[in-house]
Amino acid sequence: MLELKGIRKSFPGVHALQDVHFQLEKGQIHALMGENGAGKSTFIKIITGVYQPDEGEILLDGQIVKIANPREAQRLGIAAIYQHVTCYPDLTVTENIFMGHESTSKFSRSIQWKKMHTEAKALLAELGSPIDPHTEMGTLSVAQQQVVEIAKALSTKARIVIMDEPTAALTKRESEELYRITEKLRDSGVSVIFISHRFEDMERLGSQVTVFRDSRYVGSWPVAEITNEDLIVAMVGREITHLFPKKKADIGAELLRVENLGKTGLFGGVSFTLAQGEILGLTGLIGAGRSEVCQSLFGLLPADTGEVRVRGKLVQIRNPWDAIELGIGYLPEDRQKQGLVLSWEIGRNISLPMIDEFSGTWWLNEVKEGDVVKELADSVKVKAQGISTVANTLSGGNQQKVIVAKLLGTKPKVIILDEPTKGVDVGAKAAIHEIMGELACQGFGIIMISSEMPEVLGMSDRIAVMREGRLVKMLDRAEATQEKILEAAMGSATEALHG
Amino acid sequence: MEAKRPFSARRFFLQWEWMLVVLFVLVNVFNSFLSPYYLSPTGLRDVTMTFLDKAFIVLPMVFIIILGDIDISVASIVALSSVVMAMAFGAGLPMPVAIVLCLVVGTACGAFNGWLITRFKELSAVIVTLATMIIFRGIAYMLLENQAAGHFPGWYTFLGWGYVFEVPFMLIVFVVFAVFFAWVLHKTALGRRVYAMGSNPMAARFSGLKVDGIRMLVFTATGFMSGVTALFLTSRMGSTRPNVASGYELEVITMVVLGGISTSGGKGRLIGAVLAVFLLGYLRYGLGLVNVPAQILLIIIGLLLVIAVMMPNVLSRKKLP
Amino acid sequence: MDKTRRASRNLGLMAFIVGLSVLVQVLNPSFLTPENIADLTKNTAILAILALGMMLVIITRGIDLSIGATLALSGMIASQTVAMWKDTHPVVAVLLGTLIGLLCGAAVGGLVSKGKVLPIIASLGLMNVFRGLTFLVSGGKWVSANQMPVSFKAIASSGFLGINTLVWIAVVIFVVGWWFVNWNRVGRQIYAVGSNPDSAQVSGINNDRILLLVYTIMGGLSGLAGVLWVSKFASAQGDTATGFELSVIAACVLGGVSIAGGTGTISGILLGALLLGILNNALPLVNVSPFWQTFIQGTIILVAVLINALVKRRGIRATMQKRKI
Repeated sequence: MLELKGIRKSFPGVHALQDVHFQLEKGQIHALMGENGAGKSTFIKIITGVYQPDEGEILLDGQIVKIANPREAQRLGIAAIYQHVTCYPDLTVTENIFMGHESTSKFSRSIQWKKMHTEAKALLAELGSPIDPHTEMGTLSVAQQQVVEIAKALSTKARIVIMDEPTAALTKRESEELYRITEKLRDSGVSVIFISHRFEDMERLGSQVTVFRDSRYVGSWPVAEITNEDLIVAMVGREITHLFPKKKADIGAELLRVENLGKTGLFGGVSFTLAQGEILGLTGLIGAGRSEVCQSLFGLLPADTGEVRVRGKLVQIRNPWDAIELGIGYLPEDRQKQGLVLSWEIGRNISLPMIDEFSGTWWLNEVKEGDVVKELADSVKVKAQGISTVANTLSGGNQQKVIVAKLLGTKPKVIILDEPTKGVDVGAKAAIHEIMGELACQGFGIIMISSEMPEVLGMSDRIAVMREGRLVKMLDRAEATQEKILEAAMGSATEALHG
Repeated sequence: MEAKRPFSARRFFLQWEWMLVVLFVLVNVFNSFLSPYYLSPTGLRDVTMTFLDKAFIVLPMVFIIILGDIDISVASIVALSSVVMAMAFGAGLPMPVAIVLCLVVGTACGAFNGWLITRFKELSAVIVTLATMIIFRGIAYMLLENQAAGHFPGWYTFLGWGYVFEVPFMLIVFVVFAVFFAWVLHKTALGRRVYAMGSNPMAARFSGLKVDGIRMLVFTATGFMSGVTALFLTSRMGSTRPNVASGYELEVITMVVLGGISTSGGKGRLIGAVLAVFLLGYLRYGLGLVNVPAQILLIIIGLLLVIAVMMPNVLSRKKLP
Repeated sequence: MDKTRRASRNLGLMAFIVGLSVLVQVLNPSFLTPENIADLTKNTAILAILALGMMLVIITRGIDLSIGATLALSGMIASQTVAMWKDTHPVVAVLLGTLIGLLCGAAVGGLVSKGKVLPIIASLGLMNVFRGLTFLVSGGKWVSANQMPVSFKAIASSGFLGINTLVWIAVVIFVVGWWFVNWNRVGRQIYAVGSNPDSAQVSGINNDRILLLVYTIMGGLSGLAGVLWVSKFASAQGDTATGFELSVIAACVLGGVSIAGGTGTISGILLGALLLGILNNALPLVNVSPFWQTFIQGTIILVAVLINALVKRRGIRATMQKRKI
């Protein structure tokens, strides 16, 4: 029903899309895959009318259409659900669903709240969700908010729903719920395009998969007819044999001992140890308190109870600089917001936490700074023209390497990596895993938070599983399996996630 | 990887500061056509003393705006410290003690702002300093009501009117402070951290910067410099009232943004603000020579402020795809 | 903020207002006399009208410091007009003042929406422009009571059903305002823009237009208030209502309008304006020096925003403690 032919779009200096084709059938769930920067987002923005293509045509039901703006897209029955759920936290669910197309009475132009609440309830019920439409959006979980977003798409009578990495922030169970809802959408005749980095999503949902690479169309296959290996080749243009190159590192002396750590409302009773050369995988559902534990170790969320010992010595970590002083480094989950000053050069970004080291008697020794920074950047193989390259011109994977370099500059002994490969493409992922392996060999202790099962299983020496703020299971590499981890992470199967 | 970015003449001359230099020259040429009395060396020298008082606050305000914050309480701090000094002297304290008290009060006000802002992070600097702006001015009124206080010793007049080797004392002090602030901002680790906090506050915190301490320090320094302004302003006027320095916050902020320091934080250099101080000062002097009323100046400054802020926004929007 | 918390906040404000009134009445029995109540409501009416406009601005994460100057400018022009043409109908004067206010507000709104200037900077700059213009059009002179025709001064002194015209105007504006923010699409869009500007854009809301609208409404209300003000005080000066914007902001934060945007209720600002109106009225009655009023007002703003912040924190902590681990 939707077809795009020969789409070309360029921005000053970059070809964002070159000769791209796409074909969507009625009632089809179509996966769109590709590395970051492959042009998926630009493509979506063309379908939703945010951008206009320079060349090529869009056909809807065989008719050539021009989608001039998002409003026009909505009128044509195209709705998009973006990666970061966009909602109005202060407004009710009903308002979130109907914003922009409220029903008003003919006579007074007043909003018909009663009617809208009823409709919202019906829409949510249709999706099998018990959310009360009077609730304020800000009080819902991310997964619930996403359901509301889907209800919103339904309320606009969308025939084509586009989902941009819908499962990225969801737990396994929540993803299942989303699959169910998506299938329901399909069964009612809606076509779905979704972008994802997870093969699982594609296998579970998609009937057709289209791959983009380097702003170009690579191909389109029925999901049943293509293997993951072939897909990876299509996405990266090369074969990756070792996705998780875990090197054998010698496990040395104990670096960190955490006992009974707790913070009201976030986590409690967390105990574990970390030794030199060890990679401790910390996994669990999102919201289980993994990041919170690590942020409290880094002083961002100082703990209320419990003890932390670094090399056997009892320490107090009230601030990030306490943590850095003690040799704890933290790689935040959100590269662009928490990790980098995007408008700065690579060099200044790397030197930021250790800037004091370059203070001379009178002024900063920028020559020394440049040398040290260059060495750090080279040690993690940042690919850029020079250390004066501005950070926001780098790819996601390279940005991540810059943050790793910045982290290493503070000379940590314990390195905490919060979702280190989230949202980076397959090639960069492998490079980051390699760096992790090397660091472990050099005697660093690494805590890696990850939601991605193969990564956790492939990289960790031991795996700690958290559920609802508690560390519920500690598994050795040898005994760990996907099933054991999932069982620990989810608890009993009868527990409901909603409400 | 290359270590350093090569020097580019084009980039060097495309800086906003050159634009200010050109404007500065234009203003002077324009003024000398307006009035034959304008281009007298002593006149050009002495006029600096009429506008440099508030320039002391411009220096720390550059830091505040680079941090992405704003402080609109500075004029009230000037009034309060000036009033306290005058009353202390009036109560029989020796003048040096009164001067110290003036600086202490200014610093304390700034520290109070800093404390509120770092302690209550959910409040923006706008609303905090809006409230303290009223409070500080209110205290000045409580202390002095609608009276004036003065009768300072003769030597105190030197601050605002004196010369050292034919150079106004005030100008010398300003240059010393300006060099100091420029040094801190551009040549020290602290300055680098200030830029980092303004460019991405979250990343600065995650990088282990003592963000609260830095913010506290910058607001306290602003209070101190407001105290310095109070010293010179009071010396120029010979007496003080609770309503002195009203509207200074506007002029100071105007000078800073006109100097190319972006209100979105993280951008700009101190020299730009200093240039803007002189640009506005001479503009005002020239217009004064041809008897343009103060109200028109008010309008001009207001318009300059909004235009200076708007220009880069409008221009950069055009360049985007 | 959820509904129950909002309701308990309003109840608390009401209790405070009652307590304060009782206290003042004990200290000075002339507080709750018909004359004083009439005077109090008249004053509060102007404050409340402006608070309504300011609430809309603050909901969009903005602030408008220029309204005192707008009020003075439109009051000045309106009173000069009636002083020159004595038979000008009062309604014409009101419309003229409102029109000037709308223009001033549109200028601020244009800078904020199209020029992407921070609201505080845009309004601070234009505050001075408007103030300067007021001095220019007046030539530094006053328009005094004897220059104004009786019909003009009657705007503020007349009444209907024993209630002052100013109060009636405020009531009408509040009823319309209540409908607008709760039952009108554009009214709800104001909340949407304040709550999440990015997604408002995606929903097809024209953020710039909403911003322009709220500042224009604010300006229009200030213009109207300007005419009412000069009619009430029977004089128009260059420095009329200097600093009045701060009282208006105080009324808003007292009424629970969040400076972070997205929230604010009509009932809240009504109570906030009433509380502030009572304070302004009562302080002279209980012999507080007029020179203390600035300080008291500033302290009220500060305490109100601090309490708002602390209440919010406590709410967060309470939810935290409720979560079982």
